[in-house]
Amino acid sequence: MLKLLKKKDFILFLFIVFVSLIISLRYPRFLTLSNLGDIFKDTVILIIVAIGQMMVIITAGIDLSVASGIALTGMSVGLLNQHYPGIPIPLIILISMLIGGALGSFNGLLIAYAFIPPIIMTLGTMSIYRGFVFVLSGGTWVSAHEMTDGFKAISGGHVLGIPNLFIFAAIIIALFAFFLNKTKTGREIYAIGGNELGAKYVGVNVKKIKYYVYLLSGVIYGLAGLLWVSRYASAQNDTAMGFELQTVAACVIGGVSIMGGSGSVTGVILGALFLGIVYNALTVTNVSPFWRMAIAGFLILIAIIVNTIAKKRTQYMMIKRRVF
Amino acid sequence: MDSNISSILSSKSSFICELREIKKYFHGVKALDGVDFRIRPGEIHALIGENGAGKSTLVKILTGIYQPDSGDILLDGKKVSFPSAHESQLQGIAAIHQETSMFPELSVVENIFMGHPIKKSNNISLDWRAMRKKTKELLDRLGIILDPESSIKNLSVAERHLVEIVKALSLNARIVIMDEPTSALTMNEVEHLFNIIRQLKKEGKAIIFISHKLDEVFEIADSYTVLRDGHFIGSGRLEEVSMDELINMMVGRSVNQMFPKIEVELGDVVMEVRNLSKFGVFNGISFKLLKGEILGFFGLVGSGRSEVIRTIFGIDDFDSGEILLDGKSVKISDPKVAMKMGIALVPEDRQLQGLILKMKIRENITLPIIDRIAKSFFLNYPKEVEIAEEYGKQLDIKAASWEDAVQSLSGGNQQKVVLSKWLATNPRILILDEPTKGIDVGTKAAVHRFMGELAEKGISIIMISSELPEVMGMSDNIIVMHEGVITARFKRDEATSEDIIKAATGLVKVE
Amino acid sequence: MGLSLSKDRVVEFVTKWEFLLVLIFIFVIILNSTLSPYFLNVDNILDTTFNFTEKAIIALTMMFIIICADIDLSVASIIAMASVFMGYASEVHGVQTSGLIMIAILTGIGAGFLNGIIITKLDIPAIGVTIGTMSLYRGIAYVILGDKAYTKYPKSFAYFGQGYIGSSPIPFEFIVFIFFAIIFGVLLHKTTFGRKVYAIGNNRIGAKFSGIKVDRIRLILFTLNGLLSGIAAILLTSRIGSTRPYIANGWELDIITTVVLGGVSISGGSGNVFGVIIAIFLLGFLRFGMGLLNVPGIEMNIITGFLLIIAIMFPNFLNNIKERMLKRETY
Repeated sequence: MLKLLKKKDFILFLFIVFVSLIISLRYPRFLTLSNLGDIFKDTVILIIVAIGQMMVIITAGIDLSVASGIALTGMSVGLLNQHYPGIPIPLIILISMLIGGALGSFNGLLIAYAFIPPIIMTLGTMSIYRGFVFVLSGGTWVSAHEMTDGFKAISGGHVLGIPNLFIFAAIIIALFAFFLNKTKTGREIYAIGGNELGAKYVGVNVKKIKYYVYLLSGVIYGLAGLLWVSRYASAQNDTAMGFELQTVAACVIGGVSIMGGSGSVTGVILGALFLGIVYNALTVTNVSPFWRMAIAGFLILIAIIVNTIAKKRTQYMMIKRRVF
Repeated sequence: MDSNISSILSSKSSFICELREIKKYFHGVKALDGVDFRIRPGEIHALIGENGAGKSTLVKILTGIYQPDSGDILLDGKKVSFPSAHESQLQGIAAIHQETSMFPELSVVENIFMGHPIKKSNNISLDWRAMRKKTKELLDRLGIILDPESSIKNLSVAERHLVEIVKALSLNARIVIMDEPTSALTMNEVEHLFNIIRQLKKEGKAIIFISHKLDEVFEIADSYTVLRDGHFIGSGRLEEVSMDELINMMVGRSVNQMFPKIEVELGDVVMEVRNLSKFGVFNGISFKLLKGEILGFFGLVGSGRSEVIRTIFGIDDFDSGEILLDGKSVKISDPKVAMKMGIALVPEDRQLQGLILKMKIRENITLPIIDRIAKSFFLNYPKEVEIAEEYGKQLDIKAASWEDAVQSLSGGNQQKVVLSKWLATNPRILILDEPTKGIDVGTKAAVHRFMGELAEKGISIIMISSELPEVMGMSDNIIVMHEGVITARFKRDEATSEDIIKAATGLVKVE
Repeated sequence: MGLSLSKDRVVEFVTKWEFLLVLIFIFVIILNSTLSPYFLNVDNILDTTFNFTEKAIIALTMMFIIICADIDLSVASIIAMASVFMGYASEVHGVQTSGLIMIAILTGIGAGFLNGIIITKLDIPAIGVTIGTMSLYRGIAYVILGDKAYTKYPKSFAYFGQGYIGSSPIPFEFIVFIFFAIIFGVLLHKTTFGRKVYAIGNNRIGAKFSGIKVDRIRLILFTLNGLLSGIAAILLTSRIGSTRPYIANGWELDIITTVVLGGVSISGGSGNVFGVIIAIFLLGFLRFGMGLLNVPGIEMNIITGFLLIIAIMFPNFLNNIKERMLKRETY
């Protein structure tokens, strides 16, 4: 477990460096510190939510409701801040995580205990949660001037010169890297995805852990919802539309197998950064932002195909080792 | 002489585990009918029986996967029960060669400690260093050379077995169950495994060794228990019994009585396979099949027989070689093409490969020929009923109606459905992969009789079997495979069980 | 003969999925007619079908896909892509109606075929692939159209989505639906193709060993799904009269919900066309009723989402009740 950079992650890292260099040759503006800073800032929320998505995918599930969850929690705390500006910021942060946790918990309950396939359950809650955004907002938005400065500073502010967003990300990354690598439950998540029956046989409480994975994903995107509306100083009905696909893309590019059982925080960070770089390159090269969706879809396909072919190749190499 | 531990303990005659009058039913069929079993610490006890005798059911009861319908389980003289697999594990029972507990993407260390990791003093974070150290210790103790960090998916079958043994030790198992552990192992790996088993015996573990390779049983085990058709037949010490007596207990009749072979005049070559090879699976397979012949393929699990057959039937592809039918080279790209050429395959895994369990008997029987009997793409219900009737009666399938789902049938009747389905395709060449596995004696005999009748009608049969008496009794010619190559060929009269077994375990030079 | 109404048989019938579906359907009709006195008029009912016919025809092929134990999340995106291609051809190049139809059909076939090829030839789970193509296809629509709209379509084009058969109150779209319902209903229940689809959905390996060309059939199903999405694009675009890149947004949820609500098991191998047709009308009228209550579209999705989840939970729930009432022994 002390392998800091697995071979797959390292290759992705090199690829990212390579792509960045290529882009900067044509557009030197790309590699400036301020642009790199922008890339990180734009990607932070994706990294955070993708970590939650990764945990779900590792258990051989998927969470398509993350974007709607971001929108719903974002709208909730946005409205709270608008109507009750006196609520202290730490409490708002807590509330966002509680709401997210509740949303994730609903997913987890039915997936783990009622055996509803994750794809169906989260397809359903994707619509349900998005619908509730509309119910809550009554069709209106919460805009910048309706939010307190303290609220907007959650994402916009600095502590000791470091942007708050980075601090949030660092905490989440550290927490979950620890959780997934260094705790019993964390490793059992991998076991469930790798061989659910086998995990049950060795005493893993499969149902409980599956429930918690969706709960945690919810807590994470609850926080992300707050960060999102704070950063863009706006809570809209179409906030984070389509974002769930980006989280899946970040995971798949980062080497998380869609079948479950494997994946790393490092990989996901790299995958998210790759996506962030590609999006930023679009801006820098003056390509319209409308390309994002197509590119995300294309990258998902390529990444899944490459991963699958690579897996089959290693199986073939294994056989080669055992020739007569 | 073995260690003092076992002699002291056996003189005290204290059993670490006892099973008394265990009964287990499935859908009204008796899988186990009042079985007894006893084992002492430091004893290597062989559990012997043919396919379907009830060995794996017994093991599943011991490991908590099944619950006995009646009977007692005792550990150290006290009655216990295992409501779950985990419970059985907690009580010190470990089973290896059950891929069910391996996590391919995770490392050796993780697989061993999943579910019971070593934690640091704060009781939250995992102590990987301690787990790695303990893994190394256990590996060294058994003389196994493995990198603890390697992923299970990269290990060979033999290495995975070893990891499972280490896992059993890490759980402080007192009873280790090994179910056919030497299938797919090379000679050297088997020796290594046996040394480890002897080491475990020295440590006072009780080992239940399930195998139908009787030569190995005699080499490694101290005592035996024989099951047949769910009944307890006998047990005792291996030094007091001969192989023939064991076979007799397993089979219940002499070989000749069981398989009344109908002598058939063999015709011309209907199929020839030349140098068929698939990288890493089988190599240089060549043989001829005559009209009306029953060609037996014997070998251990993993010898590559099923893989060869699947290639002939078009399920898998191959790298080099040819297949000729009636002297002409053919390309069989998928099962549909094979069917058109008159080849049929009754596969090894009845429920997964041979049937669509939730579908009706009639639908299953007519599935391969659905297009043949169709009225230009439309289903031909009357014809389907007619065919189901015809074969159902011919093979004497016992079911309330042809509209019942296949999954409601017993193992024997299910196999009859599979046979019907393929006979309905009017094959010239019928391939049977372990046709009587897990079937009661009565149906078995019926299947054998039926095979004989088919051969008489001029159908050529290839039969894969791991049951020596069946192969020797039914085949006109026998081909033995080992690790993907043909190691021996015998004509019916020339074959002796010793020669066949030697060829199957690789003790004979490759041709 | 005697009394055939034994308690067991009554319980069997009452817990049959289609029966319950019909009950709920009747309830929805009653609800709608209390909301609007004009509802029970034949002309009006036929007019309500405009709103759900396009989804309905895709549900017919999605039914095959789910029975075959696969799934296709990209259908709505195929509609978007086909619609954008038609709009581009019409507005920018003046292509006429027959040309537009060809474009949509070819797009649908091409997109479905691509799905199918990647899934079958590379052996990648349909979930992963169609999540990717869902994004890719709609992404292409956005790339071409951005935040604008195509509104210039030939006059004759409007007939498909807005026209009626002769002077009758029957919409052309509805006839298209009836046509496909018959074709696919017969295909599923009366042909060898349908039997093979059920077999694959029940046990893919067993089907392969039985001589069924599994990959070819799956490829055909994905291509068909794409084809019908293309046809739906024609009808929808014609009905709305314009194209925006978010056209048919979220429709994949509605279509999958329809099929699952219709009694098709998500794990494959079971279900029939009658249940799906009842579900089509049930959901269609339900949406119409909510529209009468002025419920916004986004909020209607809440109901659809819940329906999907309940529809999956219910078979297990029903089975438990059935087992308990019939006092059957389970091993």
